[in-house]
Amino acid sequence: MSVPSFDVERIRKDFPILSRELPGGRPLVYLDSGNSSQKPNQVIDAMRDHLAQHYSNVGRALHALGSESTEAYEAARDKIGQFIGAPSRDEVIFTKNASEAINLVAYAFGNPVNTDDRFRVGPGDEIVITEMEHHSNIVPWQLLAQRTGATLRWFSVTDQGRLSLDNLDELVNERTKIVSIAHQSNVLGTVNSISPILDRVREVGALMMVDASQSVPHRPVDVADLDVDFVAFTGHKMAGPSGIGVLWGRRELLEAMPPFLGGGEMIEAVWMDHSTYAPVPHKFEAGTPPIVEAVGLGAAVDYLTSIGMDAIKQHERELTGYALDALGEIPGLRIIGPRTVIARGGTVSFTLEGIHPHDVGQILDDVFGVAVRVGHHCARPLHLRFGIPATTRASFYLYNTTAEIDALVRGLHHVQKVFG
Amino acid sequence: MIAESMYQELILEHYKHPQGRGLRDPYDAEVHHVNPTCGDEVTLRVKLGDGGKVLDVSYDGQGCSISQAAASVLYELATGSTVEESLSVVDEFTRLMQGRGQVEADEDVLGDAVAFAGVAKFPARVKCALLSWMAYKDAVLRSQV
Repeated sequence: MSVPSFDVERIRKDFPILSRELPGGRPLVYLDSGNSSQKPNQVIDAMRDHLAQHYSNVGRALHALGSESTEAYEAARDKIGQFIGAPSRDEVIFTKNASEAINLVAYAFGNPVNTDDRFRVGPGDEIVITEMEHHSNIVPWQLLAQRTGATLRWFSVTDQGRLSLDNLDELVNERTKIVSIAHQSNVLGTVNSISPILDRVREVGALMMVDASQSVPHRPVDVADLDVDFVAFTGHKMAGPSGIGVLWGRRELLEAMPPFLGGGEMIEAVWMDHSTYAPVPHKFEAGTPPIVEAVGLGAAVDYLTSIGMDAIKQHERELTGYALDALGEIPGLRIIGPRTVIARGGTVSFTLEGIHPHDVGQILDDVFGVAVRVGHHCARPLHLRFGIPATTRASFYLYNTTAEIDALVRGLHHVQKVFG
Repeated sequence: MIAESMYQELILEHYKHPQGRGLRDPYDAEVHHVNPTCGDEVTLRVKLGDGGKVLDVSYDGQGCSISQAAASVLYELATGSTVEESLSVVDEFTRLMQGRGQVEADEDVLGDAVAFAGVAKFPARVKCALLSWMAYKDAVLRSQV
């Protein structure tokens, strides 16, 4: 497939925040997109335009603004459905974020009102996750296990930061009800192969969910190709606004699942003692949804498509290779995760011998304007696995440059001087 | 370059050469405190003697330079003083740290701990500085019951 030419300087001009100065005249070097990405004018303008010209509640207002707003909201669903290759636009459910999307699915399991056998969970049943998950793909499953008496199990991670599939057949077995794993680790950058796990999941008749929060923003992701049952991701990491996430699920499963939140707009009819529910996707969208945020996410998807997801992936691959080489030359620096660009995204976490990441982050920010994330990045078990309390994480996106990685490296040398 | 002023020489010295570090016996109370936002943690023991004398403060833990240096300074200030004196230092230190950089520190009370004044301007780091001091207060209260 041919990759269109990638003009990062032109792309940077789309993101107004990238040209602002920090206090003291420092330029901003934003290497924290894995945490949350910046927004292009195209998204900001679409949201402003909706608020200024079309805003009204959706789905229930009969007036002109009501229908314009509903149209824009539902058009965003169409765009997102196309972006991820959803077989049906009705399989795209807007949530608050990826965490809500995962909780929504977890809530359907072991739920007395859900009589579908695939969702029945009790003592003796098993839930499988991995050691590299974000807390948002751990805690909802812990809660499910606590609620139902089921057992939570997990794939371990190798020293190289890859998923260990050695015990796949034992780990995923006839007792397994759901397997939920990250598509791409938010710490290691590792991109997990879904198909070997999915093959086993299908063999034992379990369901499979993928947390694609770190992959959908950075590479082409097609849910029909993935062929899993549920996919969650969030808007704010993909040039869209915060406050909106997406759950994609197979229609037939979504129809079998009980509502997650009850309220306005998710119903068909309500009596004092019971209700019937709206068809998907609205069954899962109780209350006034994040309307402007949906419009913004639709614009983000248009923007990313206009650049090209293959081109974005290629650009980030080059940045990652450059960063791995440059960081690898710093004495005392240990990369936590794969040291090659193979099956890996643009998230590079590391430790500096003898220096706590908080001190690293503070100096990088304050002296060099380099914004990185420090801490356990909501993946504490993974850090425990590597025997470290925290890491420093640089994460790249379409607007980053090799010059910014040079700034990071200069900053790290200075950090070593201060604390050495 | 505000942060560089936060990293006073005294803080860096304590970080590189922590005083009184390591858990020791005997002790009256042991506590374990964590900072959930960053994962910093400290285990701290106190041994009190007659007349409310603080015979020993021993500690171990992991964390950033601010949290580790604060524990080291605490050790120096508390050991050999009395519970009453040391708790008044803890109170003054807490007031300084929570003052958002607007509080004038009482150097007579704080001694070396005044070097942490710059930390108060960084809300995200205040908890780092207070971690072992709060643990100390907790341990003293527990050893008195």
